[in-house]
Amino acid sequence: MSTYYAGLLADVGILLLGALSVYIILATGQLSLGNAAFMGIGAYLTSYLTVQAGFQIGAALLAAAAAAGALGALVGFPALRLKGIYLAMATLGFGEMVRSFFLNFDAMGGAGGFHGMPHISAAYIWTWAAGILLLVMVLERSRIWLEMRAIHDDETVAELVGLNTTAIKVGAFGFSAAVAAVAGGLFAHHHVYIEPANFGFERSIDFVLAVILGGSTVAPGALVGAALLVVLPESLRFIADWRLAAFGALLIAVLLVRRQGLLDGALFRRPWLRGSAS
Amino acid sequence: MRAPSDPVLLRLEAVSKSFGGITALAGIACDIPPGRIVGMIGPNGAGKTTLFNVITGAYRADDGDVRFDGHAITSWKPHRIARAGVARTFQNIRLFAGMTVWEHLLVSQPHREAMLRRLLPTHWADPTAHARADEVLTFFGLEAVRDRPARTLPYGTQRRVEMARAITASPKLLLLDEPVAGMNAEEAEEVRALLLRLRANGLTILLIEHDMTFVMNLCDYLYVLDFGVLIAEGAPSQIRSDPAVLDAYLGKED
Repeated sequence: MSTYYAGLLADVGILLLGALSVYIILATGQLSLGNAAFMGIGAYLTSYLTVQAGFQIGAALLAAAAAAGALGALVGFPALRLKGIYLAMATLGFGEMVRSFFLNFDAMGGAGGFHGMPHISAAYIWTWAAGILLLVMVLERSRIWLEMRAIHDDETVAELVGLNTTAIKVGAFGFSAAVAAVAGGLFAHHHVYIEPANFGFERSIDFVLAVILGGSTVAPGALVGAALLVVLPESLRFIADWRLAAFGALLIAVLLVRRQGLLDGALFRRPWLRGSAS
Repeated sequence: MRAPSDPVLLRLEAVSKSFGGITALAGIACDIPPGRIVGMIGPNGAGKTTLFNVITGAYRADDGDVRFDGHAITSWKPHRIARAGVARTFQNIRLFAGMTVWEHLLVSQPHREAMLRRLLPTHWADPTAHARADEVLTFFGLEAVRDRPARTLPYGTQRRVEMARAITASPKLLLLDEPVAGMNAEEAEEVRALLLRLRANGLTILLIEHDMTFVMNLCDYLYVLDFGVLIAEGAPSQIRSDPAVLDAYLGKED
């Protein structure tokens, strides 16, 4: 496999995890525009652990996921009092806050960035990406996911049928942060160089776009969305300078025709796909 | 009036609630004994739904106490009150838009706090939940629509799904907000039969309803609410002839 395709494949894997992190929190009906911040935290933390503390990459990723998960729950607790557009704004503010923290955090290079991480392959990235995608797909059939969907549909009623909606939302937010942190750790060790600008607002928007494009109601939607988001701008290269405009037009077209995204549950319920279901 | 030693499942003591100077409930006191069907009637805007919201914790009472099954639940969060055994339905049906009937019956089941069981696919981890959902599905005659999105079902069926969701939680007290609103006589009769079966199973029911024939034929006891104040209580036969009630409510019907 050429370096070019390996690079694209790695990008898809990392974006898949970022998109999944948004998908998880979106399943409870909340939109986060700041998940790149958790990705950044994961990137810096794993890099510190492998470069300075001598951790193996796997252990570093797990430690960063746990730390980001705890931080996510901590941030989520006050933030999730907000809903809809207000929560989106708060997470956006959090994202900018974290980005500027790393910009001024000279211990890890500040604006100059940080390097020295051991390089990882696209295959390693995909081991994590596929593992976490499967994990989310298993979770989707669990009781807790049903509870998250109840909150998505009607939070008041969810509370009245006995669900501790605050705890569930905070838990989802923490899990979402942990997944984003893994994406960050993989990103850092694939590119072997990170700087605060890698984890800005545009990255958060990419995550959301991948989910919306691929399908926001089933986990594999994040995979399709991530692949399209990486591959389409590349394959549109033949129209040179117009490619981003063309990509934008394509995105609008998809949203007009299929608002739920390319994949949805109905697609999986088609008879030919019916295996062990129910 | 009952003697103080009679068992009480739900007791309201001088419960008051106002919204920006408008009094919705003023010093409501009532006792709901276990195993009965109790009706809460009164004109529109009398405060009946507000009372349900106070009991379930959706609103916090400004004053007074709510006691349920031996607990002072006045300041409890709604989910805690629900877990203690209070379930409800809504005047305007509120089902989960993205869920099938079956999923409604899984999600509302009392939650055993085993975290691992909540994280694993339900059909491996929680066969008892599936058994319970099946049982309720059959009780409410919903087998044929098990996997249909609940929101796409006919109105009367949606009402049954809502009631079934409440029942799968195995509540001690069921609050029904206008359970037969918009139903024809035949459908209302089905609901009545269903509620009688639930009572026979030991469930306590408190219901709000405007259909007087339905209320009079079903309830063991009635409270009459008008402008946030309880103006009468008693057996249906007493209420039917109570002058205060006739003035406030029933008199206007004929």
